[in-house]
Amino acid sequence: MKANILKNVTGEAKLLLIGIPVLLWTLLPIYHLVLFAISPRDTAFSGKLWPDEPTLRNFQIVLNQDHYFLIHFWEQLANSLIIAVSTGVLTLLIATFAAFAISRLKVEGGRTVMNLALFTYFIPAAFLAVPMYRTMGVYGLLNSKWALILAMVTVATPYAIWVLKQASDKLPYELDEAAVVDGASPMQLFWMVYLPLMKPSLVAVGTYALLLAWNEYLYAFLLLSRDTEITLPVALGNFLSADDSPWELLMTTGLIYALPPAAIYYTFKRYMVGGLTAGAVKS
Amino acid sequence: MNTLTVSETGTATRPKPKGWSQTRIWGTILLVPYVLVFLFFVVYPVCYGFWLARDPHNYVELFEDPIFVRSIFNTLVFLLIGVNLKMAVALLLSGFFLHDRIWIRWLSLIFILPWAVPSIPTILSVRFMLNPEWGIINQLIFRLTAEDGPNWLNDPTLGLAFSILVHIWKSLPFWTLILLSGRLAISKDLYEAASVDGASSVQQFRFVTWPSMKTLYVTCTVLSMIWTLGDFNSVYLLTGGGPADLTHVLATLGIRYLRLDQVNLSMAAIVTALPLVLPLVYFMMRRLSK
Repeated sequence: MKANILKNVTGEAKLLLIGIPVLLWTLLPIYHLVLFAISPRDTAFSGKLWPDEPTLRNFQIVLNQDHYFLIHFWEQLANSLIIAVSTGVLTLLIATFAAFAISRLKVEGGRTVMNLALFTYFIPAAFLAVPMYRTMGVYGLLNSKWALILAMVTVATPYAIWVLKQASDKLPYELDEAAVVDGASPMQLFWMVYLPLMKPSLVAVGTYALLLAWNEYLYAFLLLSRDTEITLPVALGNFLSADDSPWELLMTTGLIYALPPAAIYYTFKRYMVGGLTAGAVKS
Repeated sequence: MNTLTVSETGTATRPKPKGWSQTRIWGTILLVPYVLVFLFFVVYPVCYGFWLARDPHNYVELFEDPIFVRSIFNTLVFLLIGVNLKMAVALLLSGFFLHDRIWIRWLSLIFILPWAVPSIPTILSVRFMLNPEWGIINQLIFRLTAEDGPNWLNDPTLGLAFSILVHIWKSLPFWTLILLSGRLAISKDLYEAASVDGASSVQQFRFVTWPSMKTLYVTCTVLSMIWTLGDFNSVYLLTGGGPADLTHVLATLGIRYLRLDQVNLSMAAIVTALPLVLPLVYFMMRRLSK
C-alpha cells in the first residue's frame, strides 16, 4: 500500500518535472512581450521581472497613433484585416469549387490538378518569393493589396483543396446519386447538398487561409512598401531599421496584432484540430 | 497512367449519373479558377525564375561566394539538427500530454500558444531579450555576477543556435499535437497485453508505441524539413542573417541577393537547392497522393 502511494507520488513528481519546464519555455517570450507592453518607457529597460507601476499608457499611445512610428497604425491594421479576409474568402471559393469538381464530379484531369496543387504545396513559400515579387512587377500589381492577396491565395489554395478533397471523398456517393435522380443539376448539388455537409471543413480551411495571410511577413514586405499600404507585421519589422526604436511601443503593437489570431485559433480550435491535423499528415 | 486507371475504376464502381455532359461542363468550369491561379502565379513565376537562373556563369559566381556556401551549411544544420531535435522532443512530449490530468489539459492549452500567435512579435521579443546592453538576460547576468553577459547574436554559432531554438519554440506545439493524435490512435489493448507480459515502460515504447508511430514520425520529419527550408522569419527577424551574413539560410539568401540587386544569383541559389528539396517533395507526394 505504502509502496503504491510512493510510486504515485514519484509518478506525479516526474510529470511536474516535465510540466514546469514546458510551461516556462512556452511562456517566456510571451511573458516578455506582455512585460514590455505594460512597462513605462524608463523601466522597460531596467531588467525587472515585473514593473513597479504597470501601465496601459503604451496601449493608449498606440491606439491614438501618438508616435512617429505609429502614425498609420489603424490604416495598417485595416490593411491586414482586408487582406486576411479577402484571402480567406477567395481561397474558400476557389478551393471549394476545385475540390467539388475533383472529388464529386470526377472531372477529367482532376487528379492531375490535385497532384499539381499538392506539388505546389511542397514548394517552400520562401523559394517562390523572389520570382513572385518579379512576377507581380510584370503584372503591374506591386504596391497594391491585390498583389499580396493573390500571392497568399496561391500559397493557401493547394492545401485548402487537398483538405477539402479528403473531407469530401468521405461523403457517401449515394447522396449525389439520390439528388441527381431527383433531377438536381451539378450546381444545385453543390449548393444544397455539398456545402451544408462540408461546413466543418470549410470553417477550418477558411480560418487557415485567413490566419496564413494575417501572419505573413515575407511576401507582405516584398510586395508592399508604402507606409499606408503595408500590413501590421511589415510595420513591426520597420521598427527594427531605426536605432532608437521605442521597444515598448513595438511590443505593445505586436501584442495587439497577436491577439486576434490567437482568439480565432482558440475559438475554432475544435475545427482546426479535427479538420487540419487530420489532413496535415495522413499516416 | 495513374490518372487513367483511377478514372476507370471511378466510373466502374458507380453508375454514371444522368446528364453526364452537364456534369463534365460544370466540373471543368469549377476547376478553371484554380487552374488560372496556378498558371499565373505558380507556372509563370517558376518559369521566370528558371529563365533568370539560366546562365551557367551564375553558378560559378554563386559557389565562389563564401556566404552561399555558409548558407548551405547553415541550412543543413537547421534541417539535420534542428528538425530532428524538434521531432524527438515532440515525440517525448506527446507521451507526456497523454497523461490524463486536469493541469496537463490546461497546460496543453497554454502549450499551443506559440503556434496560435503570429511569429513576428514573439521573435522580436526574443531578439530584445538577447540584446547585449538592455536585454533582460544580460541585465540579470549583470545583477547576479556583476559581469557583462555575452553579445549573444553577435556570434554566428550562437546566432544560428538561437534561430533554431526560436524555430523549435514556434513549431514544437504543432508537431506534438500531431504525434499525440498518432499515439491516441494506438489500441489500449496492446499496452494492456504488454504490461501483463511484464514489459517496462521503455519496452512498451520500443515494442508497442514506436512500431505504430514509425510511419507517422518519418512523414512528419520529412514534412517538417520541407517547411523548415522555407522558414524565413526565424532567421531573418532574429539575426537578419548577421553577423557578417554568417547566419543566412537558403530561405533568407534570396532576399540578400535581391537587396544586392543580384536577382540572377537569388534564383540560381534556389535552383541549386532543388536537389535538396525535390527528394523530400517526391517522398511526400508518394505518401499523400494516393
